[in-house]
Amino acid sequence: MRRVDRRIRVGLAALLLAGLAACSSSQPDAPTAFGGPFELTAPDGHTVGSASLKGKPYAIFFGYTRCPDVCPTTLARMARLRKQLGPDGGKFAIVFVSVDPEHDKPEDLGRYVALFGTPVIGLTGDKEHLAQAVKNFGVFYQRVPQPGGDYTIDHTASVYLMDRDGTFVSTIDHDESDQMALAKLKRLIG
Amino acid sequence: MKAFHHAIVASSLSLAIAAPLLARDYVSGAITVAHPWARKTAQGQPTGGGFMVITNKGKADDRLIGGTTPIAAEVQIHTVSMDGGIMRMRRLVDGLPIAAGASVELRPGSYHLMFIGLKAPLQAGTTVPVTLQFQRAGQVRVEFAVQSMTANPGMPAMDRDHAPR
Repeated sequence: MRRVDRRIRVGLAALLLAGLAACSSSQPDAPTAFGGPFELTAPDGHTVGSASLKGKPYAIFFGYTRCPDVCPTTLARMARLRKQLGPDGGKFAIVFVSVDPEHDKPEDLGRYVALFGTPVIGLTGDKEHLAQAVKNFGVFYQRVPQPGGDYTIDHTASVYLMDRDGTFVSTIDHDESDQMALAKLKRLIG
Repeated sequence: MKAFHHAIVASSLSLAIAAPLLARDYVSGAITVAHPWARKTAQGQPTGGGFMVITNKGKADDRLIGGTTPIAAEVQIHTVSMDGGIMRMRRLVDGLPIAAGASVELRPGSYHLMFIGLKAPLQAGTTVPVTLQFQRAGQVRVEFAVQSMTANPGMPAMDRDHAPR
C-alpha cells in the first residue's frame, strides 16, 4: 500500500493550486460541456433531475454517504457558505448525488443530507440513470476494494455550479478558499 | 456491510457517554493526543471519521498502528489524497509514522481514523472511547468528542449547535 509522504503531498497541492490559478487566469470560468439532461431519485421516491431543478441555480456534488471525510466536509462547507449569504442563501439549491447506489438507498440519502442543518437534495439512481448523470458532469468514480469484501470509492471532489437554466457556470474546488467560493456563489445567484 | 446496524443498537447507545464537549489532550509517555474529535453520523451510516493531532515528544520514532473502540467493529487509519480533482482514500495498512519530535495532524481531507461498522450513530455532544495502539508507546486511551456535521473542521471546541450546558 502506498504511503503518502507529507512533503510530497504538500508539494502536489501547491502544484495543483498553481495549475488551477493558471487555468482560472487564462480562462475565467470558460463554460464547458458539463451538465445535460439527467433523472435521479429523491428520498421520497420522486424523480428529480435537470428538468425539475430548472428555474433555480444549483450546486451539485457527487459522493457517497460512507465517505467519512471529503463528502461531509464539502457539504458542511456548502451549508456554511449558504449561511454566510444570509437571505440570498436560499436562492440556490444544494444537490448531493450518491455514486454508491448499492449501499445508499434513497431513504439513506434522506437521513444523511438531513445532518447538515440546511436543505440538501439527496439523489441517487439505478445504474443507467446514474451513468447518465455521471457522464454529463464528467464525474470520475471508481470502487476500490478493501480487504473483507468492503470497498471505498475514489471520486471527483468538485462542486458544479449550474445556473437556473441548468447550464454549467463554474466549479468550486476542494482546495479553493471560502472567499473565492462565496464570490462564485454570489455570481451564480446574482 | 449493511448487516452492521441490525443488532446491538440499543445496547451500544449507552456506550456513548454524555460528557463536556471541550476536547482535551491525552498524554501517555512520549505521545500526546490533542483534540480528538469525530463527526456525527446518520442512522444507518456504517462508518465515521476521527481526527486529532498526535505529537511524539520522545527521542525515538513511533507509529500509530491501529486502535479499538466498543462503538465500531474496526478502527482503521486512512489517508486522503487529491489527484487532479479526484479524491482518493486509502488505508494505511502499515500505520501512520509519528517521527521523534514531530506532530501529525489527522484532519478532514488528510489522515484520519475510520470507525468501521458503527453499532449506533455517533451523536453530537457525546464522546467515543477509543484505545489507540502505538508501536512503541503501546495503548493510549482517548475520548473523541462528537461534533455536529457543520462544526468547523479542526476546531472541535467551536461547535455552536451543541454548546456545553
